[in-house]
Amino acid sequence: MSKEYRTMKTEIHLPYELAYGATWTRFFEGLKEMKIFGTRCKKCERVLVPARSFCPRCFVDTDQWVEVKQEGTLVAWCYTNYRYFGMPTEPPFIGALIRLDGTDVNLLHLIGGFDLGDFANAVKIVKNGMKLKAVWSEDRKGHIMDIRYFKPL
Amino acid sequence: MGRAVAIIGVGQTHHGRRMDVSYPDLVREAVLRVFEDTGLSPKDIDGVVSGTMPSMMEGIALTHFYFSEAMQAVGKPILKTETCGSTGVSIAHTAYYWVASGLADLVLAVGHEKMNEGNSQATMTTVVEPFYQRYFIAGAPGVFSMQSQMWTARYGIPEDKIRDAAAFISVTHHDSAFDNPYAHVKIKVTAEDVKTARVITYPIRLLDVCPNSDGVCAVIFASDKMAKKLGRKAAWVKGVGYRGEEYFFGDSDKVVWESAIQAARQAYDQAGIKNPRKELDVAEVYNPFTYQEMLFYECFGFCDFGTSPDLVLKGTFSRKGALPCDPSGGVLCTNPIGATGLIRVAEAAMQVTGKAGDHQVPGAKLALAHAMGGVDQFNGIMILGSKL
Repeated sequence: MSKEYRTMKTEIHLPYELAYGATWTRFFEGLKEMKIFGTRCKKCERVLVPARSFCPRCFVDTDQWVEVKQEGTLVAWCYTNYRYFGMPTEPPFIGALIRLDGTDVNLLHLIGGFDLGDFANAVKIVKNGMKLKAVWSEDRKGHIMDIRYFKPL
Repeated sequence: MGRAVAIIGVGQTHHGRRMDVSYPDLVREAVLRVFEDTGLSPKDIDGVVSGTMPSMMEGIALTHFYFSEAMQAVGKPILKTETCGSTGVSIAHTAYYWVASGLADLVLAVGHEKMNEGNSQATMTTVVEPFYQRYFIAGAPGVFSMQSQMWTARYGIPEDKIRDAAAFISVTHHDSAFDNPYAHVKIKVTAEDVKTARVITYPIRLLDVCPNSDGVCAVIFASDKMAKKLGRKAAWVKGVGYRGEEYFFGDSDKVVWESAIQAARQAYDQAGIKNPRKELDVAEVYNPFTYQEMLFYECFGFCDFGTSPDLVLKGTFSRKGALPCDPSGGVLCTNPIGATGLIRVAEAAMQVTGKAGDHQVPGAKLALAHAMGGVDQFNGIMILGSKL
């Protein structure tokens, strides 16, 4: 394998337009108004967040809307400090699973509101089970990043 | 379980950074080797199954068409199976189902990936939808680190102990890779190197993580009748298991991880295995990350939840331990994703037929092969034995 042969550099750019449908549209409209919506399954009674059109376990429609609490508990987290092509979030960041109060699944989002550049310091602050609260963006577009992150209480 | 099915031969490329060959030529390298191993020729094959991770990895869609000549699939039925990281085991399952059904006697299974031609983490991020989750996943390391963090916190495993156990796994697998002629990363590392390596996604460091590999694996599955007619030493499929869970990462528990637990249980039930740690002679566990390998030991019933680091440090899962795991060096040293699960199956077949060379576990008769795919969403198992 000592000899180097030719390689070709190539790229693919494809435009997409993805449909939200009724349930996800309503969820994201809620974010614009600083509200987090879930839906409750009438069969297993779990509150699912983000809102779903059907319960993934019971396979029944979930049309009962619930505005959920903006505070919750940290379930898991990971400090990310590497980079790849097209990475949608600028590192360093802390991805986290958060159990919002009164809900029955974990929401995947970020934790922040403190110095993330100092890894040793960040790791000291973050503990499973800690209470967190949503911090909102000023400029909300109906996007998951309308919540900037969840900050420790 | 349908008809009895055996693996009668395997072929692997020399995995690594293989910019010396085009992708179809790399596929052909493994396919030639499986024909060399079995003494069969393409005309003997009834059908071909192939698969890869998302085709976006190399920027060419429907690669089973691109490789139809390299796999000698022209004029034959061809299937593609694609289940992300568990693709290789799913290919093996597909080939197994095909032969077990009685509709084919010889099926060629080929798993392939050429990760150095694309951008692996950018590709893997596209496995996640862009509405809710893509912003937080950070490729494969982010997902698996979050899961590992949750596991160590749940069972209160002290940081020092988990670092020691992860380092033990990394050192022993890197050592084992020197005994596997097809392995990619062949470097000598010390426990200190692993513990002080650069943080990728805390708590995971560089030497806890698999490489980006180019590689192909080819395996031939045969019916009972055909295996006996050919008179070759065969690895018999004793059990298969596959389970998935919900798409949203936060919907299911990733510590007491049902897809892993139930996939193993399904395969054990078919194989009649009651005590896997005692009955299995070797396991090729899908281990792209040291921490996750330990969690799999627990989900597969090799030990109780929260106890794997202690057993790792005692050497229970080392080459000379009670249940050697990944004597090939595993995924940690070689990870061409679409091939990786099938390499686990091939390695398990080599072990139970006594053909694993310098990394042979002496006298191995019963082996487990495993792979995991998606955002911790799917797990697949195949159990192979030396006897029908």
